[in-house]
Amino acid sequence: MALFKTKAAAVSEELASQIGESDTLSIKLRRMVRRNKLAAFSGVLLALLVLCAVFAPVLTPYDAVTGDIAQRLKPPSAAHWLGTDEMGRDVLTRLLYGARVSLAVGVVPTLASMIIGAALGMAAGYLGGKADHIIMRLADVMLAFPSLLLAMVIMYTLGGSVLNIFLALTLISWASVARVARSETISLKESEYVEAARSIGVRPARIILRHILPNCIPSFIVLFTLNVPGAILSESSLSFLGIGIQLPNSSWGLMVNMGRQFLYNAPWISLAPSAAIMLVVLCCNFLGDGLRDALDPHLNND
Amino acid sequence: MSTLKSIGKRILSALPVVIGVVLVIYLMLRILPGNAIVTMMGEHYNAASAETMIAELGLDQPWYVQFWRCITGLFTGDMGTSIKYHKPVSELIAVYFPVTVKLSLLAAAVAWVIGIVCGVVSAMRKDHLADRIGMGFSLLGISVPVFMTAMVLQYLLAYKMKWFPIQGTDRGLVSYLLPALALGWSSAGNVARLTRSTLLDVMQSDYIDTARAKGRSVAGAVVFHALRNAMIPVITVMAMQISSLLSGAVITETIFSLPGIGRLCVDAISGRDVPLLQGSVVFTTLLVIAGNLVADCLYSVLDPRIRKEG
Repeated sequence: MALFKTKAAAVSEELASQIGESDTLSIKLRRMVRRNKLAAFSGVLLALLVLCAVFAPVLTPYDAVTGDIAQRLKPPSAAHWLGTDEMGRDVLTRLLYGARVSLAVGVVPTLASMIIGAALGMAAGYLGGKADHIIMRLADVMLAFPSLLLAMVIMYTLGGSVLNIFLALTLISWASVARVARSETISLKESEYVEAARSIGVRPARIILRHILPNCIPSFIVLFTLNVPGAILSESSLSFLGIGIQLPNSSWGLMVNMGRQFLYNAPWISLAPSAAIMLVVLCCNFLGDGLRDALDPHLNND
Repeated sequence: MSTLKSIGKRILSALPVVIGVVLVIYLMLRILPGNAIVTMMGEHYNAASAETMIAELGLDQPWYVQFWRCITGLFTGDMGTSIKYHKPVSELIAVYFPVTVKLSLLAAAVAWVIGIVCGVVSAMRKDHLADRIGMGFSLLGISVPVFMTAMVLQYLLAYKMKWFPIQGTDRGLVSYLLPALALGWSSAGNVARLTRSTLLDVMQSDYIDTARAKGRSVAGAVVFHALRNAMIPVITVMAMQISSLLSGAVITETIFSLPGIGRLCVDAISGRDVPLLQGSVVFTTLLVIAGNLVADCLYSVLDPRIRKEG
């Protein structure tokens, strides 16, 4: 939430003056926290999870890589809250360390695809003509693929590593961002203040950055929270199929994949990381829905 | 006549996308990996057999000749020969495809029925318990990874209760039920959420008030008046779900060992079988494009307002 507030502070004044809305971004966010407890709670839970991932070594007495082979495939107990895996490693410990990769995979490619998609989409929407045509046909092609299949092909080509996962997920998700950015830009382009800026000779790049981008920020924040779960699910699906994160790195999807052969005698090994993925995605969706209700200018909040 | 014309226009506008799709996959699989042959052959690499393989795959031709063969191959059905199975790719797709069709259709049926019922009930009982439960169920469906649903169903209903086969297609349609349920849930969630919101929108309109004033019950107004209009956007979204169903089918087919297209893609990747991977991915994507096209046309047939503009 802190992230949103700093961003909010930067753009709130412009927002209020430009679209003549009395409520600034931070007021809207505060109202959401007050009214939509579920969204606020989800935000807090996500923040806690990030902290847990960062401070994993402090939180657990066990090692994520080497296990106690005598303790293998033990069901959940007081010593091992989520049981142990086939090498005697504590599942909760591996979950905490795996969260680092899984959460990073949710945020980094989504942010990258937002930047690329927003830049291309706003350029297409503002410039129109040939640039618009080329960029949007490219987006059409990318959107035609079933996203997981495209990601599989990209991973096959690049090979499995964390960096390549970032690349693949960025490539499969920029196009939908570009579409949203384009349609927002086209509607903002006609507004009076943009016309005023144009008439006094402000250059297109500056108009996009100073006048159009700030007004797109609320939609982008919503889009971001709703795209993070998609990225997490795609990564876990790829890792589940064995073409995502590779050992010795670990992510929740890879843990599910590794535990699948023990599903019948030690179901906790793959169900614990599955449940963790579900929890994070659920929280992001609650938060995203709440933010959309609070920020989306196309909806009437009251 | 104007409908036919606009449909024809839409089909034409999909052509560049088709060519783009083939080009993207082609470039990714043939040009980026440096030396595809070395990767493909792995440890069995030796110079002589590499030569024959290059000739066999037509890789000694210039790239535009190869690409042209990819495009024309789509129309003639010649998509090359699988390295792993030593069979034409089109033949393999013909064998594996029906499984994916059965799975996806069944999953789509799950999504339609559960999604629409759930959405209508939620909209009619807005802010009541039924709405909360319905929307919770939908949001859970969207948030749960497909492999989790699939594994939980497999563990509980197939392994513990023994109601369904654990994997394979030996028991006909029964063996498709669990995979379809796992696959359909997330689409059902999307359909339910959309049905609810569009129905609530439509229920605000004047003609619903008129129908109510003439003595229709709320349920009657929904079924006979509102649903028809509310379904228009839902149908478009369902067409888009084809894409996510086919993505999800890769996972469900892997977990339940169903011999479908998704399984073929995974096999192609693990077997480093580039022609097979290219063929099955391109084929699946063309299917999605065709699905979207059908939805587009359906949309303009169903909604006269769009037909006029088109």
